[in-house]
Amino acid sequence: MLSVNMVAMAYLAASILIILALKGLSSPVSARRGNTFGMLGMGIAAMVTLQLDAVQNYAWIVMAIAIGGIIGGVAARKVPMTHMPQTVAFMHSMVGLAAVLIAVSALYDPQAYGIAAIDGGLHMASRIELFLGTFIGAITFTASLIAFGKLQGLLSGKPLVFAGQHWVNLILGISMLICGVIFCMTQAWLPFLLMLAIALMLGVLLIVPIGGADMPVIVSMLNSYSGWAAAGIGFTLGNNMLIIAGALVGSSGAILSYIMCKAMNRSLINVLLGGFGGDTSGGVSSQSAGSRPVKAGSAEDAAFLIQNSRSVIIVPGYGLAVARAQHALKEMVDVLLKQGVKVKFAIHPVAGRMPGHMNVLLAEADVPYDLVFEMDEINSEFSDADVALVIGANDVTNPAAKTDPASPIYGMPILDVGKAQHIIVVKRSLSPGYAGLDNDLFYMDKTMMLFDDAKKACEAILQSLE
Amino acid sequence: MNHAQELAQNATQTAHAASVDPFVFSFTVFVLAIIVGYHVVWNVTPALHTPLMSVTNAISSIIIVGALLAAGPVEMNLATVLGLIAVGLASVNIFGGFMVTQRMLAMFKKRQ
Repeated sequence: MLSVNMVAMAYLAASILIILALKGLSSPVSARRGNTFGMLGMGIAAMVTLQLDAVQNYAWIVMAIAIGGIIGGVAARKVPMTHMPQTVAFMHSMVGLAAVLIAVSALYDPQAYGIAAIDGGLHMASRIELFLGTFIGAITFTASLIAFGKLQGLLSGKPLVFAGQHWVNLILGISMLICGVIFCMTQAWLPFLLMLAIALMLGVLLIVPIGGADMPVIVSMLNSYSGWAAAGIGFTLGNNMLIIAGALVGSSGAILSYIMCKAMNRSLINVLLGGFGGDTSGGVSSQSAGSRPVKAGSAEDAAFLIQNSRSVIIVPGYGLAVARAQHALKEMVDVLLKQGVKVKFAIHPVAGRMPGHMNVLLAEADVPYDLVFEMDEINSEFSDADVALVIGANDVTNPAAKTDPASPIYGMPILDVGKAQHIIVVKRSLSPGYAGLDNDLFYMDKTMMLFDDAKKACEAILQSLE
Repeated sequence: MNHAQELAQNATQTAHAASVDPFVFSFTVFVLAIIVGYHVVWNVTPALHTPLMSVTNAISSIIIVGALLAAGPVEMNLATVLGLIAVGLASVNIFGGFMVTQRMLAMFKKRQ
């Protein structure tokens, strides 16, 4: 049994290791070592806690860790990279639920945590912290579950909007706060459980109006919440390890949400109010689509065009993930590189359904990361490119974001695909993207549409190339 | 000389009497950790934002520390059972999160 001070020092060491894990992610070279540090830190924290006098129930605890560990380990090996967004959303919900369970347990038996007041109840500060930890955890739990359902396709990705939605949320939010205040004054179970039930409902209601394209923001935001929930429990237990790790995760998720919002030129409030990219704006675009002429081509045409160019920039989007086309694309790129064509990839920050989604898919297909560029790095190079090949991306290439002040996406930073000599767009149909907007890029004279599923298109182009 | 000693003594006494509330102490740690997080995370390359999310997911499962305390007592009651479930859930995330991050990071390769 280590002394209290030794335990605190061990937690400090674990915290530093966890900071190093995040620091490692500044480059793919140092990231793997960083991850090892992270595991080490987590191991130390868990071990130190296990040897505390308060923890005696070993048989059951080892069993719980073993069951959880096996499930997590198997899932980590099996999950396809295209399913990372929903996997991450699911994991967020686990953290939220764990936070709620710990809070309920602490309220039921404060003595076990050593946070009981002399009369066996809880101090006012503990009650407030418990209230915060519980409601953040509960919202994280249900909100992440809904996000998971939407990403996995179990629920419709379309935003679900109804009249008075925001008023309902506001009233629920206020009721939750009132229950929380009553709980803090009385430490009674009824207001606590009511507060918990309302928070669970709020989690659902907050996410249902949010459309698929806004998921990168939502997944980042829930990432942040899961951190704050952990920190909240840390305050309840007076445990610095939980507070530090929770704060790190909380700020990480908040920064990612900020980056995602900025890449869409929208505020977090605007995203949270929801309804973006639903049927409301879909009606406008369908009039203009269809009436304007587009140039459609075959895979042979595309292959011919690409083969006779010096440099190609490929712009992948969510369509690539849906069709799981990354491997077919890689084979195509290999042939092009062999034939002496310069190939680069351009990634928009909100391409896909979570931050960095495209990078992971390309890495899975063995595309070297030094061929893959961020928007700011590569935007100036489009004017020198012979061909821009857009695969399953739409709104992030829409010139209206720059030219049309009336467009809902006006001001959003885009990839300057329109500046390339020739443009090939692989897309299943002319249907508008998630923003529900028509894309002027498709109607340019130098644009050729290749109407096909991303994977089939890549395979067909590859065949013509060989 | 005497006066200085007296002052010093007074100062020590005041410091002892007004010991900082544990909450303020935790709050200090909390705010500093946020600032560290802010600086570290802005340096993460955008290409690794997905591994960042999966690893922070594993890290937020540090909540297992709280779950272990809840599950700790030998006599089983509602509190310990909930604690054990929380231990299981957090374990799913810790193992799943770190392993999937490792798997992703192993994929990022440079051109040969």
